[in-house]
Amino acid sequence: MHLIQRPLDPESAVTPREVYESRRRLLAGAAALALTPAAFAQSGKLPKLAGAKSMVAGALTMDKPTSYADVTSYNNFYEFGTDKADPAEHAHTLRTRPWTVSIEGECNKPGVMDIEALLKLAPMEERIYRLRCVEGWSMVVPWIGYSLAELIRKAEPNSRAKFVEFTSLADPRQMPGVRSGVLDWPYVEGLRMDEAMHPLALLTFGLYGEVLPNQNGAPIRLTVPWKYGFKSAKSIVKIRFVERQPTSSWTKAAQQEYGFYSNVNPSVDHPRWSQASERRIGEGSGGLASLFAKRRPTLMFNGYEAQVGQLYAGMDLKKNY
Amino acid sequence: MSRVLLHWSAKPLLFLLCCLPLGHLLIGVFTDSLGANPAEHLIRSLGDWTMRGLWLTLAITPLRTLFELPALARFRRMLGVWSFAYACIHLLAYAMFDKGLDLNDIVRDIGKRPFILMGFTAWLLLIPLAATSFNRAIKALGAKRWQRLHKLVYAIAVIGLLHFIWMRAGKHNFAEPTVYGAILSGLLGWRLWRRLQPAAA
Repeated sequence: MHLIQRPLDPESAVTPREVYESRRRLLAGAAALALTPAAFAQSGKLPKLAGAKSMVAGALTMDKPTSYADVTSYNNFYEFGTDKADPAEHAHTLRTRPWTVSIEGECNKPGVMDIEALLKLAPMEERIYRLRCVEGWSMVVPWIGYSLAELIRKAEPNSRAKFVEFTSLADPRQMPGVRSGVLDWPYVEGLRMDEAMHPLALLTFGLYGEVLPNQNGAPIRLTVPWKYGFKSAKSIVKIRFVERQPTSSWTKAAQQEYGFYSNVNPSVDHPRWSQASERRIGEGSGGLASLFAKRRPTLMFNGYEAQVGQLYAGMDLKKNY
Repeated sequence: MSRVLLHWSAKPLLFLLCCLPLGHLLIGVFTDSLGANPAEHLIRSLGDWTMRGLWLTLAITPLRTLFELPALARFRRMLGVWSFAYACIHLLAYAMFDKGLDLNDIVRDIGKRPFILMGFTAWLLLIPLAATSFNRAIKALGAKRWQRLHKLVYAIAVIGLLHFIWMRAGKHNFAEPTVYGAILSGLLGWRLWRRLQPAAA
């Protein structure tokens, strides 16, 4: 009895932080592996970036993730060309180190942050989000990152900060598409402060348990799952807190087609096409079957209405498209 | 050159060439190599080939005249009919893979999206041309009326190009439509220029 009752050394009783963190990572990794059959495995070529399963409400959709191959070969990233196969083909010229993000504007702690510091700013989480493109297709992607709110809190925006503006890299030497006049470079996107602070707005560093491939917006991008994909700026170099609503690149290009909010909304059609349904990439079992896979009905706020609906209470979403 | 063009195997060879894009796409479907969005790839490629076919058809007369190769005329009908075939498969692919053959949805789409309306109109206008493409139809109509009817192809090409431009306008991506537009301007401009010439001796 005596022996058993000997008090435990409190230091050794607690599992060291590195050990339990690595155990958690292992468990999360195992869970991810169990969840994702071989066909959805990561590339294995990029550095690992583990994230614990997110606890944020709505962050882990049960929809089947789109294959890694599709997620990384079918991209809209006009800095590397307008065809959806272009980014995967051309983005190898993007240099993601060294990389800094300039935090500017209406905040108490502006400054230039190194990507390594950003990677360590908050614990990484895995979030499985639906992604709905304004063109009428969708994917399901297991992202790795943390809530944008974590970074915003560190920057301490002041009372004049009503919006957050994101600017992507626009370097013609690294990005062949920037030489074309398709858009007015650099790519600029924006969110209202409350949207940016919403826990589902994800500052993203990886997908499928690895760092982001270049064509998906490496080394740091935004993922706003309830808005059309183009609202989620890629390869971000500047985050600026502003008082006035920023003008997004697509809004600048075609005001009546791409509004500032651009929330996924099946009842507000794009002037050129219906937004009522979407084609889920990779649905159907290949060959002829994938051709005949039925389009899915598009969900209000891309299925995140329970989480984000209140942000837009009382707003006319037909006018604020 | 004329001898090659007049060779008995020239037409069957062209026929086979015209089958190639379709064959290539079909192989792509069954080997799953059309990328992440095979339906979109299929529909767009079929549209591309419809335009290429039409542009080639329209290139026959200028090429024949400029290079003094009357034998080229033998191929015009086959190219035209194949363009119509690709247009039909393009439309069918859109109806099946994009619209799930939902007729109501298709009709609504034609009313809603100008570029779909353009494409549909171009296809409708191709029908009388395809229907009068055989020798007996030419005889029945009389060469003059047949020719007048087949001038419709100029309008069809322009409408087809509008269909393409409008489709790309959504994303401000005019690189390819510009190329097609430039070639079509050349093909139609040459005809206009000839017409404006004082009657040659």
